[in-house]
Amino acid sequence: MLLNQFLLLAAVLFSVGVYGVIVRKNGVLVLMSVELILNAVNINLIAFSTFWGLSGQVFALFVIAVAAAEVGVGLAIVLLIYRNRRSVDIDQLDELKG
Amino acid sequence: MWFFTHVWIMPALMAASFVLILLFGKRLPFKGAEVGITAVAICLVFAGATAFNWFTWSADSPKLAENAPEAQAEAAEVGALSEVPNQCSNVVSGLRSSESEGESSASGAEAPAGEAPTSGTSTTEGAAPAIGPGVGESASAAVPAAATSGGSGEETLTRPIVRCASWIDTNEALVTWGTQIDGLAVMMLVIVTIISLLVHIFSTDYVHGDRRYTHYFAFLSLFTGSMLFFVLSQSTLQMIVGWELVGVCSFALIGHWWEEKPNSDAALKAFLTNRVGDVGLLVGMIILFFAAGRSFSILDINILAQEGEIRHGVLLVASLCLITAVMSKSGQFILHTWLPDAMAGPTPVSALIHAATMVVAGIYMVARLYPVFFDGLAISGSSVNALAVVGAVTALFGALLAFVQKDIKKVLAYSTVSQLGFMVTSLAVGAWTAAMFHLFTHAFFKACLFLGAGSLSHACHHSFNMVDDMGGLRKIMPRTFATYLVGTLALAGIFPLSGFWSKDEILTGTGSFPGSDGANGSYHVMMVMLLIAAFCTAAYMTRTIWYAFFGEFRGHGHPHESGPRITVPLIILATLGAVVGIANLPAEFDFLPEGVLTRFEKFVEPVGLYFPAITHASFNPALAVVSVVVALSGMLVSYLYFWKGAFKPLQGLSERNALARRGKAILINKYGFDWLYTTVIVGFVKGPLARATYWFNQTVLDGIVNGVGKGGVRAGQFVYDNIDQTVVDGAVNGAGAAASGSGGVLRHLQTGRIQQYTALFFAAAAILAGVFILFVG
Repeated sequence: MLLNQFLLLAAVLFSVGVYGVIVRKNGVLVLMSVELILNAVNINLIAFSTFWGLSGQVFALFVIAVAAAEVGVGLAIVLLIYRNRRSVDIDQLDELKG
Repeated sequence: MWFFTHVWIMPALMAASFVLILLFGKRLPFKGAEVGITAVAICLVFAGATAFNWFTWSADSPKLAENAPEAQAEAAEVGALSEVPNQCSNVVSGLRSSESEGESSASGAEAPAGEAPTSGTSTTEGAAPAIGPGVGESASAAVPAAATSGGSGEETLTRPIVRCASWIDTNEALVTWGTQIDGLAVMMLVIVTIISLLVHIFSTDYVHGDRRYTHYFAFLSLFTGSMLFFVLSQSTLQMIVGWELVGVCSFALIGHWWEEKPNSDAALKAFLTNRVGDVGLLVGMIILFFAAGRSFSILDINILAQEGEIRHGVLLVASLCLITAVMSKSGQFILHTWLPDAMAGPTPVSALIHAATMVVAGIYMVARLYPVFFDGLAISGSSVNALAVVGAVTALFGALLAFVQKDIKKVLAYSTVSQLGFMVTSLAVGAWTAAMFHLFTHAFFKACLFLGAGSLSHACHHSFNMVDDMGGLRKIMPRTFATYLVGTLALAGIFPLSGFWSKDEILTGTGSFPGSDGANGSYHVMMVMLLIAAFCTAAYMTRTIWYAFFGEFRGHGHPHESGPRITVPLIILATLGAVVGIANLPAEFDFLPEGVLTRFEKFVEPVGLYFPAITHASFNPALAVVSVVVALSGMLVSYLYFWKGAFKPLQGLSERNALARRGKAILINKYGFDWLYTTVIVGFVKGPLARATYWFNQTVLDGIVNGVGKGGVRAGQFVYDNIDQTVVDGAVNGAGAAASGSGGVLRHLQTGRIQQYTALFFAAAAILAGVFILFVG
């Protein structure tokens, strides 16, 4: 039925998210891309749950809650980085190199 | 009861006194002496109270009728051990539980208690076999013995009071330490505290102004405390500790004036000679530990030995090892050499060592573990055994040695050796009570004699040479003379002084004199040797009286009577030495009320499961007369020789007759034992043996060691060149280079850029997903 279309939408959204995470230099945008990835997964879960029971919706609610927490922590980190460096450019944060 | 359970206070008090004197003694007004005297005085009061309590306690003890049925006798014997807590003795707790089982089964189906099931519910392995046929036999053996010894047809069972605490607890064995109170321990407590108190008081005058006055009193306290600790021992391990403590204290006190070489040598000699015996003690105690089912408890060992649960061979070996310990500690023949040299210490210390502490430790150990010796040496019904030989030879040869000494203290020292021989012989012939009684009486008169000798030397510029520096002191020192005379008469065994009673009991105990009955064996040789020794004792003691108190004063200066702190202890000891003989009047004196006869035997000798059923020789008037006549004739011979100049041909005999000269030389050289030890044994070890060992060491051992070393060096060089440098180092270097190279390549991967990592992560996830879809899904 419509499942394919949902899955395609989710795949596109996921790919956009991955692209954003890998390519964008702004930390805030990277976080937003992560949200896209998570929401792509949510679409998948909900789409499947309409066919195979309600557990997928429950799972989606969990993911939303976790995502909210993750954004809270992530934005706090970005804020602190900005305060220290006056920039949120991820390329400059390469001090973990060997 | 409070005194029995808190008797540990006595050694603890003496130990505290030792510490206090050492720490604060020098700042106290009497330099620490008052602390020691107070502590000993408290101990004496405590010991007196304990003894008094013991009398009433014994009077309340359960009686065992003469011909009670076996089961009843056994139940009463186990019941008499009611004051032995279970954790202090495996055997007693085992007996107790099987006893209660026996009762319940007897009430149910009339099963005799002797056949009570041996599978004790919670008892340990060692305890279980204690019940069984053995108990029944011994009980049946004990009942006729009771009939022969007590006239009244019943025997009072001894109720020992044991208290213990866990000391070392392994899964294999529980080692306890604590106190074991019975008549023997109580008697020793009384002796040790009385003698120690008098010695303390005597010492305040005798070592007055000494450079180590405080130190002296500290060690006197520790010495007393160690002996009390030893006497109260509940386990054999505790006994060993007390034994060694006593040895250490005697070492410190014998070497009190260590600045002079002979004194420190004497202290070392005492210590080293005792080490020889201590090896025997350790081995013997270890044997007994395993024989008694891994238990150090004295009660366990005694009961098991007594019930025949330990094989005779094991007991024999153990008792032989312990005899070695007795030989060294109690100055028995061939290891007695340290005792006369120990006279190098201050005289009060000698009195303490010889009367109450050190040397009686050996006797006490035998008395304490008597079942081991009684069964191990097969004392009953025999006529000779190792212990008896050692004791009788010591009694005789020690007495002979006393004749040639010039030093009054050495005469007394050999006299102690000889008297200890009496006690050991007495133990060895089964006359346990006589031995303990002789220990009791001997303590008083020998302490009196030693302190008397101290008083003499105090007057004669600290010389003990009675031949050259004394003489004619009878008039100048009347109190010392009177007390010394009483001590001498008591030691010689003149009726009715205390020495007579105890020596007579020992002689009857040999069971050899015609007409005596009731002794455990018939030791003819021992009795003859003891009679000769008694003769010699009387003779050499009279000789010391002649040299010290009669004739002309041969020393220099003006001797004077000693002060009250010296004479009062002398008077007390002489009085006690004269009268304590009435403590054990023979049971045959039925013209006296029964309440005054054989008091010592009644209160001191244990009766029950942990003590063999020894019999008591009856008093023999003929033997008493003989022993007094022997003693009197010894004194008479000396009197005639010295006072009247009789036996003219004998005087100077050793200058004229080669045989007599040789005999005297042997005595002066003390049978050559010192020569044997120092020249032969030590000389052999130092000379040929040391050289041979050195040669062996230098050539053979060093050759081997050097050869091995050189071989090792060569092998090492080869390994270094061929294996280490090429193979091992190559491998290590290669590994290092490989790691470094791969690291150099791989480090470019780690850029620190999170987005690269993320890209890799997603790429990997994509690949894995593809693989999953292709191959699994």
